Amino acid sequence: MSDLDGLYQQLILDHSKTPHGRHPIEDVTASSHQVNPTCGDEVTVSLRVRGDAIEALGWEGHGCAISQASASLLSTLVTGQTVAEATSLLAEFREAMRSRGTIELDEDRFGDAIALNGVSRYVARVKCAMLSWVALERTLED
Amino acid sequence: MRQVWHPRPSPGQRSGAEHVRLEVPARSKDTVNTATPLTEAEILAIRGDFPILSTEVNGRPLVYLDSGATAQKPLSVLDAEREFYERRNSAVHRGAHTLAAEATEEFEDARESVARFVGARPDEIVWTSNATEGINLLAYAFSNASTAGPEFADLALHPGDEILVTELEHHANLIPWQQLAQRTGATLRFIPVDDEGLLVLDDALFTPRTRIVAFSHVSNVLGVINPVASIVAAAHAVGALVVLDACQSVPHLPVDVRALDVDFAVFSGHKMLGPTGIGALYGRRALLNALPPFLTGGSMITTVTMEAAEFLPAPQRFEAGTQRVSQAIALAAAVDYLSAIGMDRVAAHGSAVSRRLIDGLSAIAGVRVLGASGERVGLASFDVPGIHSHDMGQFLDDRGIAVRVGHHCAQPLHRRLGLVSTTRASGSIYTTDAEIDFFLEGVADARTFFGVTP
Repeated sequence: MSDLDGLYQQLILDHSKTPHGRHPIEDVTASSHQVNPTCGDEVTVSLRVRGDAIEALGWEGHGCAISQASASLLSTLVTGQTVAEATSLLAEFREAMRSRGTIELDEDRFGDAIALNGVSRYVARVKCAMLSWVALERTLED
Repeated sequence: MRQVWHPRPSPGQRSGAEHVRLEVPARSKDTVNTATPLTEAEILAIRGDFPILSTEVNGRPLVYLDSGATAQKPLSVLDAEREFYERRNSAVHRGAHTLAAEATEEFEDARESVARFVGARPDEIVWTSNATEGINLLAYAFSNASTAGPEFADLALHPGDEILVTELEHHANLIPWQQLAQRTGATLRFIPVDDEGLLVLDDALFTPRTRIVAFSHVSNVLGVINPVASIVAAAHAVGALVVLDACQSVPHLPVDVRALDVDFAVFSGHKMLGPTGIGALYGRRALLNALPPFLTGGSMITTVTMEAAEFLPAPQRFEAGTQRVSQAIALAAAVDYLSAIGMDRVAAHGSAVSRRLIDGLSAIAGVRVLGASGERVGLASFDVPGIHSHDMGQFLDDRGIAVRVGHHCAQPLHRRLGLVSTTRASGSIYTTDAEIDFFLEGVADARTFFGVTP
């Protein structure tokens, strides 16, 4: 698999074209809007948290294939998780993305989202993958 | 004879025609160029002077199509900077030792070269870090005019005064004016663009309250050459001062600031084969000396007491502190390099690059080229619906092709054209037909890779 195919795995292209969770949700408890100033890409992540559980995650925005697929995979991964679990996934995701290809995401914990592994070797694209995750982080801080 | 500068319009001007009728010449009229484009052999010889062009990126030969962001540098420019540090490095305009005298002479010779290159006098060229700093210098000098004393009052802006820009400006020629308007209570207005991105000149925009008209000679997104003569005539007819952002024109076209009759112009060295950290502000001499300083400190004064200071005339008036000496000298080497080729031929080459880019991109299904119909320099921006510009850029980078992606510091223009970001390919004197063809093949292949082929 070439580097480019590693970055744009079929799963990434599929998620970017038919994204999951890209819709408004009801009874939003927290939301965050994030912008990538270099390209103008933006995403708004909205959460409905009940007790300790993330009941729903919806997002809206526009951007490159990486940022769209990442938001889509994020919504699939985090919906139904506890806030504590989402927070720890976030930390692991950030560590892997910043590792320049030296740390891979754990398939047991991240499922399909491991398709984003290829991004970490492209330093300029890490921000694209992180955009929706940073938005989630801000909502959890609230 | 026109007055040296245009302070507040006289009552006669105010009661005269409210609007000035604009004559818009055919876009090609300003830029008739009969010079022959560079031959393949000439381009290959030029490429030999640019070490970076024989490097590889991602295991592929570098195809550098991002000269609009920053141009590559020939050996003579690199050597000029090194030689200065190796043999003559010392502070300019201070000290009486031999090195200081030699450095000062070389520094001022560089100013003369750059001045000659754009048709200005040496004392009309102020060194800046880049065009952005040049525009900010002006914007702050104008706002300082409000508080610097009665002798500067003519140049102060007041509530109700208008600053006119265009909808296609680079953020560097927009935000400083937004901020100046905020500081002074003036109103910022803009010349809009049409669906293609070309300026829609409307005489109603030039009013007796228009004080400053700031616009780019060549759009950094579209590559289109704007009708400078018409805008300058309209601006001067209402007594406004003209600030020309010449960042994308000075590297690619013969530019004569006097022939263009602009009051101020800015450009950046690094886009014209020179080093980063150096640029220039041109201003008509009387105007530069009528403006209060922006940055103050050493080397820009005559007499200083504990209470006050008196300032030198331009250009030193605007050059506080230790200057960018090696960069200025290297920029002069870049100007020499371009002059040896001849700016008419540089422009003819840019025109050929532009044609090949536009024709090639237009021939690829599903590609929208921006501003395709205007007279232009060698750059083109485009959108491929279904492929984000970052993904396009990444795909091309895998083949060693460097292009610019994003909004190119022109968000309002992109918004007006219904886009968030685009891909821009921009050439220079070292750009070959083969490189453009390789790039075009990449754009077509990206459509297959990302599955947007019908």
